[in-house]
Amino acid sequence: MSRPDSKSLLIQGGHLIDPAAKINAPTDVLLRDGRVAEVAPPNKIRGGADETFDAKGLIVAPGFIDLHVHLREPGQGYKETIASGTAAAAAGGFTSVCTMPNTQPVVDTPDWVSWLRQAERGALVNVFPIAAATRGSKGGTLTDFSAVGRAGAVAVTDDGKPILDDDVMRMALRLGAELSFPVVQHAEDTRLTENCSMHAGPTSFRLGLRAMPGSAEAAIVDRDVMLAQQIGESRLHVAHLSTADALKAVRRGKKAKARVTCEVTPHHFTLIDENVGMYDTHCKMNPPLRSAADREAILVALADGTVDAIATDHAPHAPHEKEVEFERAAFGITGLETALGLAITVLHRAHRIPLTRIVELFTSGPARVFDLNGRGSLTRGSFADVTIFDPGKRWTFEAAKSRSLSRNTPFDGWQLTGKVVTTMVSGKTVYRAD
Amino acid sequence: MLAPPRLSTAARPGGAALSLDWWRNNDTGLASCGRRGRRVLCTVCIFVDELVSMNKPAHGSLLGIEHLDSEEIEGLLKLARRMNPQKPRPLLRGKRVVLLFYEASTRTRTSFEFAAKALGATTTLVQSSGSSIEKGESVIDTGYTLRAVGADCIVMRHPSAGAPHLMAMHLDIPIVNAGDGMHEHPSQALLDALTILKHKKSFKGLEATIIGDVLHSQIARSAVHLLTRFGVKIALCGPPEFVPEVAATLAPGVRVTRHIEDALRGCDVVMLLRVQKERLAGQKIRLQDYIARYQMTAARLKLARRDAIVMHPGPIIRGLELTAEVADGGRSVIVDEVHNGVPTRMAILARALGKAK
Repeated sequence: MSRPDSKSLLIQGGHLIDPAAKINAPTDVLLRDGRVAEVAPPNKIRGGADETFDAKGLIVAPGFIDLHVHLREPGQGYKETIASGTAAAAAGGFTSVCTMPNTQPVVDTPDWVSWLRQAERGALVNVFPIAAATRGSKGGTLTDFSAVGRAGAVAVTDDGKPILDDDVMRMALRLGAELSFPVVQHAEDTRLTENCSMHAGPTSFRLGLRAMPGSAEAAIVDRDVMLAQQIGESRLHVAHLSTADALKAVRRGKKAKARVTCEVTPHHFTLIDENVGMYDTHCKMNPPLRSAADREAILVALADGTVDAIATDHAPHAPHEKEVEFERAAFGITGLETALGLAITVLHRAHRIPLTRIVELFTSGPARVFDLNGRGSLTRGSFADVTIFDPGKRWTFEAAKSRSLSRNTPFDGWQLTGKVVTTMVSGKTVYRAD
Repeated sequence: MLAPPRLSTAARPGGAALSLDWWRNNDTGLASCGRRGRRVLCTVCIFVDELVSMNKPAHGSLLGIEHLDSEEIEGLLKLARRMNPQKPRPLLRGKRVVLLFYEASTRTRTSFEFAAKALGATTTLVQSSGSSIEKGESVIDTGYTLRAVGADCIVMRHPSAGAPHLMAMHLDIPIVNAGDGMHEHPSQALLDALTILKHKKSFKGLEATIIGDVLHSQIARSAVHLLTRFGVKIALCGPPEFVPEVAATLAPGVRVTRHIEDALRGCDVVMLLRVQKERLAGQKIRLQDYIARYQMTAARLKLARRDAIVMHPGPIIRGLELTAEVADGGRSVIVDEVHNGVPTRMAILARALGKAK
């Protein structure tokens, strides 16, 4: 993480969208000592600043927060490192990323949580580790939630795998409730998805691929929502939600005032199972690309407020893990640098979801899910994490120029609208578009 | 459907032959032609010219029936009728055909081998055991190796769906799919079509039924694509574990039925699929129940049209999917199918290597 910048910086002439503070108007923002010093209508901030950023024609927003990234360290630095992954995050406008624990070894101790946060890792943006929920993410014994929490973990999960056992999930939610700690579920009934590589439907049948039914996700979300309702104060967060039926369960939980939250990935609101085409392994991920009907349900849920956050599930892999038989290929795609472009192109331009809602899904929404205090909003005193973007800029994403170590994306060569111009973490510029 | 725009070969200067220098000057760490060509570029630079075609399978490849148009299918069938294994034609003299088999096979492998030899080509068999595949070499690297030692065409069987497509995307020589997992087995569908046309005047107005484990069958998928292309109506018949409802979406003119009587009534072509006992057990279907509901017996066959033919890709299990009486009966064309395998594959290889004369 970068040291706060002691110089003051005035972001002038921009249009501020800060959903948590209910601001959607031309506004100037003054940053000082790594914090927001003042937020005021145009030209109302008195006294100079060491530096001025001209944000004319641009949107100024709280720094984006990604609840779900795989930065592969410790253990798999050939796919990604914390340095390269956070550089990609900065280029995508993310000032905070929450890292998944399915590394080698699994991040299931306070020591590994601290290790992830050390300055030697070379992180360009804030790294909030998520620790394993069970030892080795084996689904058996719970890890020490309070110890990993004290070391800096913001939540627990066995992501990559579900917490399948009813009793273990119940205990995790109960312990989470005591410590007000979110339990993140990778909802997949793995008893129904063994050896499967895509979503079950006409495309998987045509391609002759063993396939995961949508119900494998919904069944787990159903159970978890029920458990969350039973255990007061428990906090369930559904990772990379991808089916219409799972959304129904989440809606049910929210209506019953249970603390249930969920996130959706850009690829699930952009692509469907048919995009696998003739075995394109860059369309192989878990959860898989779903049916057109599932995608539509997700678009509705993004618009109506059911979804709390857009998270990328950035999952870098080396070419030799992707350029193989479809069934043998690794699950996952990179996503940090294309998230905003896809959100504006698909959600805003094609489906008329307002920019304010999109900014909410990248900022105050995720900040609430993991209680990232002082982030996700630009009020006086909060962290000077700022994302400035041009919502009308047309650009072509070139995977070859990605800051990630990996190139496994289906969006190579896509023309997108909406591009990050500058990303600031604690007042310090960590990315500037050329 | 969203069509992702690919950079493909747009970066290539107008038609000029690619030189290594051009790549050195323009390479931004990875190939500018998009990801498909990358491996070729960095591992074996001598193939640089072939990057141009990297997004498309080489001309003559036969990866499946689904993406063939009816003219191409008719052309192959016409060619197959003119091929005679007894009268060798040296169309492919000097050509090297590699039979790359990741899976056991008797009739497909031998008939491809005889077909290649009848056309004067040399063949070599590469199997997973006793080759570098056993040592963990990837499909693509095996392909590069075979290409580098001089293969002109690769006939490939693989247990994983899509493996021949993967190979074809990275190589500039024709790839012939000899069966890929649960996906397609195009040469089988073509020889079945040839067999049908020897017994029926044309595909016009025909009704066919495919009975058995459609879900796991590469043969069923290819047959459905081929026959529906010519307007044949198809009933897929079997228990839901083997014939899920989604099977009806495979092509227009396909329906799903659970009743063999319904499937057979008025039917011209009866295709039976092999039923694996392990699969029945895996799906918790009792063998006796399956036989009672779906076995092809002489009595049931009477429901079909009087001139209906019975087909089976083999190996047949007498007493399971069909009775011995049906297998050896006058309606059975099972031996014809095997017989048609060699001329059909001669046609496929001649087309693959551009000698379809």
